[in-house]
Amino acid sequence: MTLETLVEQLDLKCKCCWEKLKAIEVNGGYAGDLLSDVMANSQAGNIWVTRQVHVNIVAVASLKEHAAIVIVQGANPEKETIERATREGIPILVSDLPEFQLVGRIYQLIGNG
Amino acid sequence: MRGDPVLRVFRCNLHVHTCLSPCGDLDMHPGAIVEEAVLKGLDVIGVSDHNASENVGFVMNAARGKPLTVIPGMEVTTREEVHVLVLLEDLPTLSLLQQYVYDRLEGLNNEEVFGLQPIVTEDGDVEGFNQRLLIGATTIPLEELVEKVHGLGGLAIPAHIDRPGFGVIGQLGFVPPGVPFDALEVSWRLGIRGGREKYPELSGYPFITSSDAHFIDDIAKACTPMMLSEPTLPEIRRALKGEGGRFVMEDAC
Repeated sequence: MTLETLVEQLDLKCKCCWEKLKAIEVNGGYAGDLLSDVMANSQAGNIWVTRQVHVNIVAVASLKEHAAIVIVQGANPEKETIERATREGIPILVSDLPEFQLVGRIYQLIGNG
Repeated sequence: MRGDPVLRVFRCNLHVHTCLSPCGDLDMHPGAIVEEAVLKGLDVIGVSDHNASENVGFVMNAARGKPLTVIPGMEVTTREEVHVLVLLEDLPTLSLLQQYVYDRLEGLNNEEVFGLQPIVTEDGDVEGFNQRLLIGATTIPLEELVEKVHGLGGLAIPAHIDRPGFGVIGQLGFVPPGVPFDALEVSWRLGIRGGREKYPELSGYPFITSSDAHFIDDIAKACTPMMLSEPTLPEIRRALKGEGGRFVMEDAC
């Protein structure tokens, strides 16, 4: 499934890199707020769901070649986070849903990839 | 012009909790902390409870006339849930930080779940209980906290960076570059030499190690000896920077 479809289906707000949504395929997901854990266990092409908004999330997503980062609970990413994500070409999406609900809905749509 | 001041070794443990921390043992009252620190030959302790500071002045009172210097501090939980050891020059400055932290800390403590948060004087009298949720996280971003602490003339040191929970590396994957931390703290289990081996990429930062004591027996479990002219915050800052002959004696940790 493309990111664009996910964004439409889940009513996600796109904070940067919207021009890329059409071309990026999502192959599965990972949820986590401990960035060390996400670095160790997530996979390339995953959509990463988190409540962290610190700029380090972009570095982690870039390193792991994630499809995108979804920030839950309507939290606002820091300015520096969006700037860095724009530079690195990592889409940042925001959902108003809590993490559990959002992950459930993504799973319904794409399974485990 | 006078000669250079005489430098000597000060045994510093800059991260000690009191009973005010919900996870701190109730035996960690000001008098007992000072007694144990003096007994174990420490010269300097930093007192830092989670997001709170009501017991710091009482520890300073307890140390009056004793061969022990108490540096006022706090272990602040940022919104990323990173624990940062903050050390400040004096109590008025600490109260400024305290107000800033309390304005950004929500919730009330549940004593049965998290533990008591007693405010205890140097004489062992219980003055009251802090009702706030000290175990919680503030809404302060990490970088903003560092800026605030520096504005107050203090030191900001990410605590126990090697621990999986609440350490900057566990929470944020790596130490965010470009943030002017004054040092990084490694836990006593790892020690500074262990920390240097484990984190060669962090060689640009000063390291300290502390006991992060929550129990009285742990107070002297670790210390960071520093070459200083006197046991003050500005001298500790100079040692972290390696200025004027002051330095952190890493080989002894």
